[in-house]
Amino acid sequence: MQRTILRKAGITAAIAMFAGGSLAACGGSGGEGGEEAGSDTLRVTLANHVWTEQIIAAIPEFEEETGLTVEVTQLGEDQLSAQYNVQLNAGTDEIDVMMYRPLQEGKLFAQNGYLADLTERVEANSEWDWSDFQQGPVDSTTYEDKVVGIPTITEREVLYYRTDLLEQAGLEVPETLEELEAAAKKINEENPDVAGFVARTGKSPAVTQFSSFLYGFGGDFIDDEGNSAVASPEAKEAYAYYGRMINQYGPENVSTDMSWPEAMAIFTQGGAAFYTEADSLYQNATDPANSQVAENVGFAPMPAGPAGSKPYNVPSWGLGINEASKNQDNAWKFVEWATSQEMVLKIQQEGVPGPRQSVWANPEGTATYPEDLAAAIEVSAENGVGHDRPLVINVGEAREVVGEPIVVGITGGDVEDAAEKANEAFQKFLDGERK
Amino acid sequence: MTVASLPQKSAWKAYSDWANNHRKWLFAAPAMAFVAILIIFPLAWTLYLSLTDASGSVRAESEFIGFANYTEVLTDTDRFWPAVARTFIFTGAALLVQMVLGMCIALLLWRPFKGEKWVRVAILLPLVATPVAVGMMWRLIFDPNIGFANQALAWFGIPAQPWLSGQDTALATVIFIDIWQWTPMVVIILLAGLTSLSEEPDEAARIDGANAWQRFKFITVPLMMPTIIVAILLRSIDALKTFDLLYATKGRGGGSFNEVETLNVYAYGLSFDYNDYGLSSTVLIIFFLIIIAAMWVLTRRRKDVQK
Repeated sequence: MQRTILRKAGITAAIAMFAGGSLAACGGSGGEGGEEAGSDTLRVTLANHVWTEQIIAAIPEFEEETGLTVEVTQLGEDQLSAQYNVQLNAGTDEIDVMMYRPLQEGKLFAQNGYLADLTERVEANSEWDWSDFQQGPVDSTTYEDKVVGIPTITEREVLYYRTDLLEQAGLEVPETLEELEAAAKKINEENPDVAGFVARTGKSPAVTQFSSFLYGFGGDFIDDEGNSAVASPEAKEAYAYYGRMINQYGPENVSTDMSWPEAMAIFTQGGAAFYTEADSLYQNATDPANSQVAENVGFAPMPAGPAGSKPYNVPSWGLGINEASKNQDNAWKFVEWATSQEMVLKIQQEGVPGPRQSVWANPEGTATYPEDLAAAIEVSAENGVGHDRPLVINVGEAREVVGEPIVVGITGGDVEDAAEKANEAFQKFLDGERK
Repeated sequence: MTVASLPQKSAWKAYSDWANNHRKWLFAAPAMAFVAILIIFPLAWTLYLSLTDASGSVRAESEFIGFANYTEVLTDTDRFWPAVARTFIFTGAALLVQMVLGMCIALLLWRPFKGEKWVRVAILLPLVATPVAVGMMWRLIFDPNIGFANQALAWFGIPAQPWLSGQDTALATVIFIDIWQWTPMVVIILLAGLTSLSEEPDEAARIDGANAWQRFKFITVPLMMPTIIVAILLRSIDALKTFDLLYATKGRGGGSFNEVETLNVYAYGLSFDYNDYGLSSTVLIIFFLIIIAAMWVLTRRRKDVQK
């Protein structure tokens, strides 16, 4: 017994250091153990994604072609961010290729000098063809006229719906937000166990999916002068709409912590009729192994608001090269291979929308997609907006600020008041970043 | 040549003499180096960061801004002070229930009985599970729509509860999970204390006609006081610093309304979500001081009891 207590005390003392030491510890590691220039081992850090699974399956081909050995570290989104935060802060050279979110961390990483300048490399190989990449994604991986990343995955918000429930209620696929609300209401009233509508509810994760509603009402997060616009009449309407849809027709006792896995789970378990989400996640809903409603899932473009149908159309992930890496030439070989026409086509056929125009123009590129989804994507790519969150340096904090009125709406609170407060806080945040 | 030629000491002899005279420093040196590298340096670095406006990257240039961060944190009534309150509510409530419940269970297990081994193992099980796994498990159980907790309530005709997803119920629910996980540790500590108690005072009291409650209150508890304080000390430090459980159940910021955001979760968010290292270090330093103060009070109390 005594020993147990002693050991516990020892552990406690060790943990006590965490409180004070966690930050500083970040500064100490790294630096040593660097590889010789052009090492044969390439260290690649990737996020959990269908794209990653496809790449990992194809890596043996790359290894055979180049004679390099690829070591992959695969992490969940949040862990990946935390990992980069610690490692890149310490100036590690133990990451060569890094998968990152251009809209979330791109500005911050580029400003901190974590991302190597790839401008010369992308222009060197005309066969690989940098000009083939869609302009929107390219803009968001470019920082101060320097190319710092290559887009790999693009996404747009689309409407997922249950064909059987719509048929049963005798409804057409909603084309406007008004029709969507009426349909959600009708289905919810006729089937009390099924929610009319579900979407992300977490303060930060909901922001990106809320953005298409915001644009549809004619609003945006930031106005042309760079000031906060989240208390504009359009934004207030959008906040009220999104919150009302979940509060009144959403699942009962809905949690305000849901990101896509939780919201998707409700939809795929048959708990909701409509669901707005990124198109790149569609396989979760159509794969019978994951989804109980796989047979009955339909897709439609984002319903139009007063300002039209304005879904976001963004690059959700890209590949960058660590500036501190001593293996940049080999790292570029990997990036070039992973974003080549053939790879992008292959992965897109497996269900991950890519960034290359030629692949979208190629009928093979969308052959494997459900027809209605391919049509919805085509519409969305045309009238899409190039961002799905405020374009600032510290996106993490900004999302929490502008996401506050969403959760207030979902819980039935005073959205008007919440939007005013968020506006004030967001303006302060923007002023702070401008300094 | 009148200089007296002293016998030349060899270098080794000089060293061993010095070592012999400074034994206490020499033997303690590895431990002291360990402390310096792993405790003092990180602490000093955090203290330094807390006086700067470091943000974005720790390696980026930062300005020394004195106590500006401290003023900002200590006047922040939106996030900081509510987080302090939650930290203490969480710790206080969890600790109180754990001590009472732990004492009851320890008393039940005190006397030998049949199947004692199995009961002890069963009670210890929550303790060996990883907090993150425990958090995920309870998150599923408490899911408002498909979770077991609400199904169980439905059998008794009680309406579904929001549990972890409710603004007002989330903190209470995580306190419950903490109690579920850590009461066994209190039981172990108290049981160790109980088994080492001598029988005589209890027997004497019994002969004098004291009833069970009187014997517990006037004999067992006073004799157990040092052990009880150890249990409180260990549990309270642990509970103050809880992070894994809260993060696994409610995610960043302790939920969308910061329902379970304690100081640790807040500091994590400041550094890993906001990249504001200066402010985050400030919160950690203040938190560190709070823990030191709490420990100081408790250890003083312990010494008083032992006198």
